[in-house]
Amino acid sequence: MDAAKPLPLVEMKDVSIAFGGIKAVDHASIDLYPGEVVGLLGHNGAGKSTLIKVLSGAYKRDGGTILINGEEAHIGNPRDAKRYGIETIYQTLALADNVDAAANLFLGRELRTRWGTLDDVAMEAQARRVMGRLNPNFRRFKDPVKSLSGGQRQSVAIARAIHFNARILIMDEPTAALGPQETKQVGDLIKQLKAEGIGIFLISHDIHDVFDLADRVAVMKNGQVVGSGPVTAMTKDEVLGMIILGKCPPGATPGPGAMAA
Amino acid sequence: MSAAPEASTAHLVAVESPSKRFFRATEIDTRLLGMVGALILIWVGMDLIGVWKDQGFTLNPLAIWDNHSFLTPRNLWNLLVQTSAIAVMSTGMVLIIVMRHIDLSVGSMLSFIGVITGVAQVYWLSPWLGSESPVIWIVGILVALGAGALLGAFNGFLVAYAGIPSFIVTLGGLIVYSGAAWWVIRGETVAPMDANFELIGGTPSGAWIGGKASWALAAFICLAIVVGIFTNRSARARFKFPQRPIWAEVFLLVVGCAVALGTAWVVNAYPWPAKVAEAYAAEHKIPIPPDGADGLGLAHGFAIPMLIALAVGVIMTFMATRTRFGRYVYAIGGNPEAAELAGVNTRFITLLMFMTMGILTAVSACITSARLDAATNSLGQTNELYVIAATVIGGTSLAGGVGTIYGAMLGALVMQSLQSGMTLLNFDSAVKDVIVGSVLVFAVWVDQIYRRRQA
Repeated sequence: MDAAKPLPLVEMKDVSIAFGGIKAVDHASIDLYPGEVVGLLGHNGAGKSTLIKVLSGAYKRDGGTILINGEEAHIGNPRDAKRYGIETIYQTLALADNVDAAANLFLGRELRTRWGTLDDVAMEAQARRVMGRLNPNFRRFKDPVKSLSGGQRQSVAIARAIHFNARILIMDEPTAALGPQETKQVGDLIKQLKAEGIGIFLISHDIHDVFDLADRVAVMKNGQVVGSGPVTAMTKDEVLGMIILGKCPPGATPGPGAMAA
Repeated sequence: MSAAPEASTAHLVAVESPSKRFFRATEIDTRLLGMVGALILIWVGMDLIGVWKDQGFTLNPLAIWDNHSFLTPRNLWNLLVQTSAIAVMSTGMVLIIVMRHIDLSVGSMLSFIGVITGVAQVYWLSPWLGSESPVIWIVGILVALGAGALLGAFNGFLVAYAGIPSFIVTLGGLIVYSGAAWWVIRGETVAPMDANFELIGGTPSGAWIGGKASWALAAFICLAIVVGIFTNRSARARFKFPQRPIWAEVFLLVVGCAVALGTAWVVNAYPWPAKVAEAYAAEHKIPIPPDGADGLGLAHGFAIPMLIALAVGVIMTFMATRTRFGRYVYAIGGNPEAAELAGVNTRFITLLMFMTMGILTAVSACITSARLDAATNSLGQTNELYVIAATVIGGTSLAGGVGTIYGAMLGALVMQSLQSGMTLLNFDSAVKDVIVGSVLVFAVWVDQIYRRRQA
């Protein structure tokens, strides 16, 4: 690492987690700098979603440390993660299907009136504002999100992640349910958030997406990090080689999962 | 409604059918309407059959017009009193089922709590403080509520923190609490309850609030509806949100007030029993009019258990719709994992919900034991089934996430109407059970068809 670089926003060191006897994540280390997009690539079951869920508080790690702004962070549940400014858009979206967009947006962080009751009108107002920015055609604020289209649901999930001044954003397959038009919108959004200095972990199957948006990529295989490096130093084929074979190209820093040369 | 078409509905409003526009504007659940329809059908049907039976099964239109068997103020008053205990518990059961849980233990828990408060009143407090002491009923209620909170929280703890399925925890509870109730009193009947405590049941004189207070209460409810509508409109106006059309507001206002005033009218049309009225007249030196004690114009009005059920309904609706707790209950029901990931402490909410159910069961235990003026270990037997049936008839989905408090209370009224109606018609209790069970299954079937068509 270059000494002149700023302090990393997130540094996950030697993180491990096992389910039963299976090491889903095995001594993985990744980092993220402010205003940077790091693409996390790998096969299904490579451990990328699991690693990211450790950061978002959904899973408790068995070993390793997480540093936020250079200080050790104690993340035991999703509430802790949110306190550190970590917001997550999950692959499953993690929406409560039976309540409306505003209720989902503010779930766990409801606005309340001075009597302590839910301030639904204020929440709807803010929901209208943030949704107006993401998806100007969105009108169905009163309907349960179950009845919304895939793209609309996705924009509710994204709105929830960006509304609370996130410093670290985790996007797990954010464009999986979207058409080309909406995918482009998400791409624009990522660029905009990046410009605001937010650090983004982008998990995707789509290597083209990642090459368009990410500054760096990190590749995982069988729970281990194969290697990571700036996208400019690698070709798509080389990255594919990392994903499929675990072969670390010269442009990347090899990790513990790299195939012995 | 949820069947509204995709994307912007603005341009579609013009082609919407009038009935659809009506339901969307008033935000009335069409299922609620179905339930009200079923209720009216039961009431009128029971009434007609009753009169027909009284006339020896001859068809005499005049007799049907002039006579009533079911639709009498007295019967409707009793119906509301009988409904209250189940209705109170159903408000909690809705939220339990919304959270994808179930509580099978409420019936036995009711017996157990009834027995505890009965023993506390009759064997401990009465000998100690003297049977006239006004403290007894207060302590009796507190003991019941405390026991309910404790038992409910225990259920909740086992479900939320020990991870045992609620079906098993509360099935065990059903057996445990019914055993415990027997254990405390060895099958005896604990009686009589404290005289003040008895008022909670609505049976003795003084357990109702009379004509004037009932009208005042109905007027207050009407006022509350008006205030509610205006507050909502002004809040929405402040943020420039789309408003409900004025005609829809007026319609809801009129219906709401009509229900409140209509109920007051019915309970006020039920005069005091002649003996009680005569005693009252003698005591207050009022001459009894020539047409009997009815002429004194002494009305029952709302009974205390009805008021308790009303208050519980209002409080629980408030909790479900206006507090974070309620929001979390619904969110957990919709997607437990999502709620957890959003930072909701789902375990603690689960524990609180079961505790609330325990407290509501305690309220019902007070009503039931006061009404019977005794506590027995079979006080709440099979009540869990009626509570769950009322909740399900009231539109609560067993899959979780969907259900309303008012729906469940209305469901309780439907169930009780069916039972009282058949009792009035001298149905055999075995036949009653067969019919009530069948109606439950039928109602859920109709609901399923409705949901499938809406999806």
